[in-house]
Amino acid sequence: MSIIESKLTPAQASYDYVVPAGESWLHEVKRGQTFRILDLEGNQAVDTLFYNARDPEERYSAVDTIREQGNLYLTAGTKLLSSEGNALMTIIADTCGRHDTLGGACAAESNSVRYAIDKKYMHSCRDSFLHALGHCDCGMDKRDLTANVNFFMNVPVTPAGELTFADGISAPGKYVEMRAEMDVAVLISNCPQLNNPCNAYNPTPVQLLIWDAAA
Amino acid sequence: MTEPLTKQNLMWEETLPGGAHGSFVMKRGTALRLTDVEGGANLSTLFYNQEEKLERYNMPDTLKAQHTAHLTTGFVLYSDMGRVLASVIGDSVGWHDTISGMSNAALVEKKYGSASYQQARNAMHRNARDSMLIELGKWGLGKRDIVPNLNFFSKVSADDAGAMHYEANHTKAGDYVELRFEMNVLVVLSATQHPLDPNPEYAPKPVSLQAWRCGTPDAQDLCRNFRPENVRGFYNTELLFR
Repeated sequence: MSIIESKLTPAQASYDYVVPAGESWLHEVKRGQTFRILDLEGNQAVDTLFYNARDPEERYSAVDTIREQGNLYLTAGTKLLSSEGNALMTIIADTCGRHDTLGGACAAESNSVRYAIDKKYMHSCRDSFLHALGHCDCGMDKRDLTANVNFFMNVPVTPAGELTFADGISAPGKYVEMRAEMDVAVLISNCPQLNNPCNAYNPTPVQLLIWDAAA
Repeated sequence: MTEPLTKQNLMWEETLPGGAHGSFVMKRGTALRLTDVEGGANLSTLFYNQEEKLERYNMPDTLKAQHTAHLTTGFVLYSDMGRVLASVIGDSVGWHDTISGMSNAALVEKKYGSASYQQARNAMHRNARDSMLIELGKWGLGKRDIVPNLNFFSKVSADDAGAMHYEANHTKAGDYVELRFEMNVLVVLSATQHPLDPNPEYAPKPVSLQAWRCGTPDAQDLCRNFRPENVRGFYNTELLFR
């Protein structure tokens, strides 16, 4: 795990927005801009997908990203690769140290399997994703939802091949920062999961900041 | 009851040559045995609900529902809709890869050089992503339908720091895995080398396929009861067929 701090200051950001728990956010980050996700209260899951903003058929690929870096966990230095093998984003600062990309997003249906049949009526990340796509007039829909990044989540795989849900390693004020390598559409669900100890059963807001490329 | 494969219940069999791709529908209550004919095969595979292809194999939901990063007997393959597409009812291998994705044109050319059809005829170099796109195109599907896939017969583990390790010589000739289909499922296959296979030669291996009528799982079924999550997954699935 590499902890790398950023030199950027929020006062210089060109965009600054707080996403409440349970809300979605779809926004274009331009090539060269720097995008920060700040975990305001600690151990909040930020389910995130990335698309080439000009051609969303090219999208984040979790399996290509981890295979090409030879490591399951995302941190500073990770290139978030697309389905076409191109870098969408490069993580350039990270004060949390490890982020998950195997655990996916919660959905009504997967909640019914994981917790109890009647949990399917609770709010979920996929509902947030579909809500955002349903309003975007961008031609995207459920077909465009694929395995996402869970920023600030700790989902270790053991050498024996078990997937475990470990206590969070994030904390209030931790952040991850990435540089856009192309114009990228970023789709976030700020996770509303209430059944999982990963976030201490307490979904909380996150802050999103964007800095323009240095002049 | 799940009937084992016999001469009487065999529906069809064929062999996918190394490098080849294919797609077909497996109905609920049928099963498929995949056999690594020579040892060292890899079979990149995707699964879709045949009746509503927007419903598809979901790697994260499969892994997190069963607290696993690999598949073997007892585990099931979940769709994104909380249903069980298929169950692993038999396996001589012990570990099938879920996390490494598939080869693509750039990776294959970098590892093995180029061999076009003009040069090599049907020994041309094939890659899994393009093979999947060809097969998906036959069903009206395309790039948006490619999701993280399964790699049967391959093992990639990770150490405590997350470093991924491809295990060479993971299978021997005759190793097999058996899938029982719990829904009507479109199966898409590419018998190309694993993207982390260190072999410097282009040498994809054949996989034989045997499909049989096995019946649907009963209340005592191993996969249904393998985890409490799977009881609910089978419940969700069986609602489709009541």
